[in-house]
Amino acid sequence: MVQKLDMLKESPSQTAGPYVHIGLTPNWCDITGVYPEDLGRTMVGLQAKGERIVVTGRVLDGSGTPLEDALIEIWQADAAGLHNSPIEKRGKADPHFTGWGRQPTDGATGEYRFETIKPGRVPYVDGRPMAPHIIFWIVARGINIGLHTRMYFADEETANAECPVLARIEHRSRVPTLIARRMEEDGRAVYTFDIRLQGENETVFFDV
Amino acid sequence: MSDQGSFFQRDRSWHPPAFTPQYKTSVLRSPQFALLSLENTVSEMTGPHFGHSQLGPLDNDLIRNYMQTGEPIGQRIVVHGRVLDENAKPVPGVLLEFWQANAGGRYRHKKEAYLAPLDPNFGGCGRTITDEEGRYRFRTVKPGAYPWPNGVNDWRPAHIHFSIFGHAFTQRLITQMYFEGDPMIWQCPIVSTIPDRNAVERLVAALDRNNTLPMDALAYKFDIVLRGRRSTFFENRMEGN
Repeated sequence: MVQKLDMLKESPSQTAGPYVHIGLTPNWCDITGVYPEDLGRTMVGLQAKGERIVVTGRVLDGSGTPLEDALIEIWQADAAGLHNSPIEKRGKADPHFTGWGRQPTDGATGEYRFETIKPGRVPYVDGRPMAPHIIFWIVARGINIGLHTRMYFADEETANAECPVLARIEHRSRVPTLIARRMEEDGRAVYTFDIRLQGENETVFFDV
Repeated sequence: MSDQGSFFQRDRSWHPPAFTPQYKTSVLRSPQFALLSLENTVSEMTGPHFGHSQLGPLDNDLIRNYMQTGEPIGQRIVVHGRVLDENAKPVPGVLLEFWQANAGGRYRHKKEAYLAPLDPNFGGCGRTITDEEGRYRFRTVKPGAYPWPNGVNDWRPAHIHFSIFGHAFTQRLITQMYFEGDPMIWQCPIVSTIPDRNAVERLVAALDRNNTLPMDALAYKFDIVLRGRRSTFFENRMEGN
């Protein structure tokens, strides 16, 4: 026998279940009067710096069916590449932008929608700049542990080509699963990012 | 603070795997490719911060935060515990959210079809922020078991769902709390997605007679452990780069 390391084990994950909205977006599921607004609904203040964008899409299961009961959280840097977090050591982030959002997928169409800003670039562990990206965390009924992925931007071809994280993906045919396509809608950029949990064009998920 | 390094890798043989066919919905919702392991970057090592000013005074009191005509029916309980990391350090100032069914096992959700009635005075959601020693506490009624369409006669044990933020987005966790002595824990296809019985036991809250409110509410103690992180002492690069 050897000495024990005396480490605790992380609490094991369990599925968020079909009624995750009761706890995390209660107003959205008609539990009103408890919280004034669902947390994570509003990310961008009036004075926030940067390009306002919409990020939308669906989460699809292995049969191609959209999940109508998923919940997505996103986390990203501000327009200058800084995070609105006490742990951010590189500078002070834009106080008018939270960097964190939470949205359910629509109960009928399966679509999610975030109103946010386009993030600036953030350094990789060795200091090289990563391409602009948004971290996604997906939970739902049938997902036993939250899935992490990243959304990149189709109109950042140069940055994407030199991103050290995208370069880590061995199977190059899978890189496009992380890149959202850009469209214009009423003069505003709308990025569409579908997440495929399983099967053809399965999204790359990360163990971070 | 010395603990500024990357987070310990998740032990994914301790957590439930994605594909657990006894829990039928996981069959089509589990990725088939391997996860891509990624060193923590500043994107994952930061995370949102929530302050007390964002919470209301009844947010941690499910007995009163949805009251319409009186208090909800059911076994009054206090649930409390600490949020620690794998180094056994308290995790202060982090948001916890919880949700649950009422005493009869009925959720207040538009897609819920169980015939047990809603309680007009019970919403089922709450939240709180851990104190400087990582402690949290809330008051509620004990949820009932409920049936669900998996096998033809599957029932969930009484449980409360927990959502926990750490200091970094990579610590983000959702789990479920079960109650000491419930025989249905060991019959549940969702509980059994966790491969190790010792891991399941970490999710079973103990009856805590020392923290009951006499003549008022029983208490259960439920500690939560989030990922720990390395010290940067031996690392050859600047912190945060």
